[in-house]
Amino acid sequence: MKKLCIIVLLLAAGTTAFAASAASAAPQVPATPAMPRYRFENFTTTNGLPDNHVFSVLVDGDRVWAGTENGLAVYENHSWKTYTTKDGLAHRAVLSLALDKRTGDVWAGTMAGLSRISGGRIDSYTQLNSGLSNDVVYGVSVEGENVWVATAAGGCRLNLRTGQWMLYNERNTPMIEIWTYGVSATPAKVYYAVWGSGVLEFDQKTGRWDKYEDPDGENEIVLFKDQGLIHEIVTSVSYVDNILWAATYFGDSRYDGRYWHNFLTKDSGLPSNFTNFIKGVDAKRAWFCTDKGLAYYDGVNWAVYRPSLKDGKPEMTVRDADGKVTPVAVSTAPAHNYVLGIDFQGDDIWVATAKGLSHGIRQQ
Amino acid sequence: MNGRNQTGMRTGVAARLTLPAALLAVALAFLAVALLPIRTVRADEHIIAVENLDYASPLEVLLSPDGAQLYVLCQESEEVRVLDAASYAVIKNIAVGRVPRGISLSNEGARLFVTNSWDDTLSVIDTRTLAVVATWPVGAEPSSVIEDRQGKQLFVANRISNDVAVLDAQTGEEEKRLLAGRGASYLALSPDGTKLYATHVYPNPSPHRTAPESEITVIDTTRAVVVDRMPLHAIAGVFHVAFSADGRLGVVAEYHPKNLVPLAHLEHGGAFEDTITVFGADVGRTVEVPLDELERYASQPFGVAIAPDKSRIYVTCGGSEMVTVIDVPRLLRFIHAHNGSFVQDLSASANYVVTRIAVGHNPRGLALTRDGRRLFVANRLEDTISVIDTRTSRVASTITLDEPKAVSVLRHGERTFYTARQSFQGQIGCANCHIDSTFDGLQWNLEPDGFGRNIVDNKLLEDVKGTQPYKWTGTNPDIPTECGPRTEKYFWRSEQYDDLTLADLVVYIRSIPPRPNRWRLPGYELTPAQERGNAIFERTVDKFGKPIPETNRCSYCHSGPKGTNQKIFDVGTRKPTDNTGLLKSAPLTNIALTAPYLHDGSARTLEEIWTVYNPDDKHGRSNDLTKDELNDLIEYLRTR
Repeated sequence: MKKLCIIVLLLAAGTTAFAASAASAAPQVPATPAMPRYRFENFTTTNGLPDNHVFSVLVDGDRVWAGTENGLAVYENHSWKTYTTKDGLAHRAVLSLALDKRTGDVWAGTMAGLSRISGGRIDSYTQLNSGLSNDVVYGVSVEGENVWVATAAGGCRLNLRTGQWMLYNERNTPMIEIWTYGVSATPAKVYYAVWGSGVLEFDQKTGRWDKYEDPDGENEIVLFKDQGLIHEIVTSVSYVDNILWAATYFGDSRYDGRYWHNFLTKDSGLPSNFTNFIKGVDAKRAWFCTDKGLAYYDGVNWAVYRPSLKDGKPEMTVRDADGKVTPVAVSTAPAHNYVLGIDFQGDDIWVATAKGLSHGIRQQ
Repeated sequence: MNGRNQTGMRTGVAARLTLPAALLAVALAFLAVALLPIRTVRADEHIIAVENLDYASPLEVLLSPDGAQLYVLCQESEEVRVLDAASYAVIKNIAVGRVPRGISLSNEGARLFVTNSWDDTLSVIDTRTLAVVATWPVGAEPSSVIEDRQGKQLFVANRISNDVAVLDAQTGEEEKRLLAGRGASYLALSPDGTKLYATHVYPNPSPHRTAPESEITVIDTTRAVVVDRMPLHAIAGVFHVAFSADGRLGVVAEYHPKNLVPLAHLEHGGAFEDTITVFGADVGRTVEVPLDELERYASQPFGVAIAPDKSRIYVTCGGSEMVTVIDVPRLLRFIHAHNGSFVQDLSASANYVVTRIAVGHNPRGLALTRDGRRLFVANRLEDTISVIDTRTSRVASTITLDEPKAVSVLRHGERTFYTARQSFQGQIGCANCHIDSTFDGLQWNLEPDGFGRNIVDNKLLEDVKGTQPYKWTGTNPDIPTECGPRTEKYFWRSEQYDDLTLADLVVYIRSIPPRPNRWRLPGYELTPAQERGNAIFERTVDKFGKPIPETNRCSYCHSGPKGTNQKIFDVGTRKPTDNTGLLKSAPLTNIALTAPYLHDGSARTLEEIWTVYNPDDKHGRSNDLTKDELNDLIEYLRTR
């Protein structure tokens, strides 16, 4: 009897243990991926920004530069200062920004020339007073002694040591269109985003140019996924950790030197295929600035930050690897859905939008 | 010597000769006079030797940390002369690079750095062995050098590339270049070592016919980045900078040109204010302080030093051949009592300038002993060092560097070029506008053409020999005409040169060589872009196959090694204020350095000559060129 009781107890215990084990092995509702959350503080003309149209943003340590439609603003020690044409800025509309990390100089691409801001002094280069190919400067990037510029009439390279300007256009590169929208320069490679002519690659070692185009040409139908660059109309490039991130108005691409991986709204977490700006964090992660919100990709999952397209209320959604989209309760959002630029300040982000500049303060 | 201070006894090397040695020297001098083709030009001037003589041309002086040695940077003999700071005996002469300009000690005094402005190198001298231990390539026309307090980085001011290079102090490897003012030249470290201050000799670019703008570039030495630019409004030509020992007072020597008004009335205080700017906690702002007073001008202020007890500021004035001494407490009281600018008040300096000590020809660098009792002044065009007793404000002795005693024609001409003695009340010399025998980057309104008319850009004097006629309009057939009657009448407003002085001045100007061109490759090879530009320069047909008239080709008007066929043309640049559009084709020597361009300086860059001021292709056929091709042409022009 005693033995029987022990057996029964053991069986009961075993049954309980099995049941518990079985319960743990059963399919579960997957948890929402932990994506970065931010509290957004937004800056507009009401709190010091010279204009709500913010085309570009650049973080330089504790300082934040904002390229607006009405001047170049710098945020430092909790206050804004604005540089205008009166200070020597080439034009009031500042489209692009780049930092020379060695010297601290800031380069600003404007609608009427390229400006260098150095220790408070501004020197401006135009197509009339310098070798700059065109006054409309969409993109700028600094690499070593070279300032690479994307203009409406091709690319340029200013050598700061010699003062020589090199122009890159249809005469000396595979560029068909010369409307360059963005540039990302590193000591190894320089990439140009060309509006209508794909991505141009310059190998610094060999001095040779290469070109990446949409294999489907101007055909808007993607015949084979990940066959190549997603579209010819490239708006922005970012080259990080030997990975090229490319944004177009019809989706985005990642290229590792061998394989392409493309992102469209239909098969990724992109809120829109219309992407103004892209910035890689590393080989896996990137931020996408679209006309329908700011998106973050961690290599698997996506997060979108924006005011709701329906009611304007702050919204954050997370899309996991299986495509499941989960809303995350938030109380703040970037200033606007139309996002034009982003830069990083430690764990924080600064976001340029069509209606203000947003400081995303990392919460978790 | 003419205008020399005669109050000090010559107690230096020359004065220590024994009587027999002195007699022998006199005999040898007479023998030399008998054997060499020499002539006497002035009763109060030394004998002039026709042939060229070798001079030391001391430019800067520096004391070793223990005060035992005096380092004399000699620009013409291209060496550092090390003297015993007590006996002034020569310890060693150390050969350095071409045309040295700057000298400084490492933080701990173990190394002496010299910037060699013409071969773009930095000489590193071991102060124990007094030997050059390294020669490092640096930027274009390095003009001064400073090591940071930690001995990690060297900062080098490059005059041609307009920047301050940051070098590894141990290897000389360049890490980066920081944008400075145009013609970056002089550096000083704040006493606490946290900031580096850089000045520049040419004004920064500014809109046409506006007051020149300069700056003191402030560099954070820890991060090696520019953190501030202190504006110096209406200043063109900023030289040495110095600090008080407590770091509360900074001072720079500078020129304040009056180029926006007609250069006509020197008798009314006309062309330049000679000033310093003081800054720092003691003044709370930047304050421009005039050094001049009526009939006592302080022409071409260059070197500055502040006494260790902050009682005095000393300023060398190269054109006036003196040291201006300022009483600091009186200056500070005056500044605090005057909120507005008093820079054009010729009575102001009487409130703080306590004396003006006459020294030798073209005094430049200066150095104070640690106790502040002796002030050494390098008299560049006399090969002497004046030793001033600061307690008496008198030249106590003059160290004569061991060089020829005769004055060559060239040296006499160069002295004439730098001195302000020729002009009305001693206000200006040629070197006021031709800084270090170059140019000043300014446009002037010269009275003889009429007030407000015929604004002219100042021209470079390098390699000017054989490019006559002179003036933009080519109305002066030769240099004697340019530098003689024209200068005497319209600039100096005073006595004329005697014939021999004018002749020697002309000889000197004709001898001014071009600086090495930094855009040329070794062997005068051309880069692909320069090659393409050369083809455009030489072309005879335009891109449409249409022949370009000979007189509208670059290579016709700018022919020959100096880039001028010396003929007169109308290139379509006449302004409403110009009497004529007929201009002499300008030489191209070192054209890359001499912005702005065109006769009136209206083209801020080489590009603007063609993108803005050549709408009708009168200044060469250029409107068929693409932007790439224009860039190539400019790359080629930079090699000239």
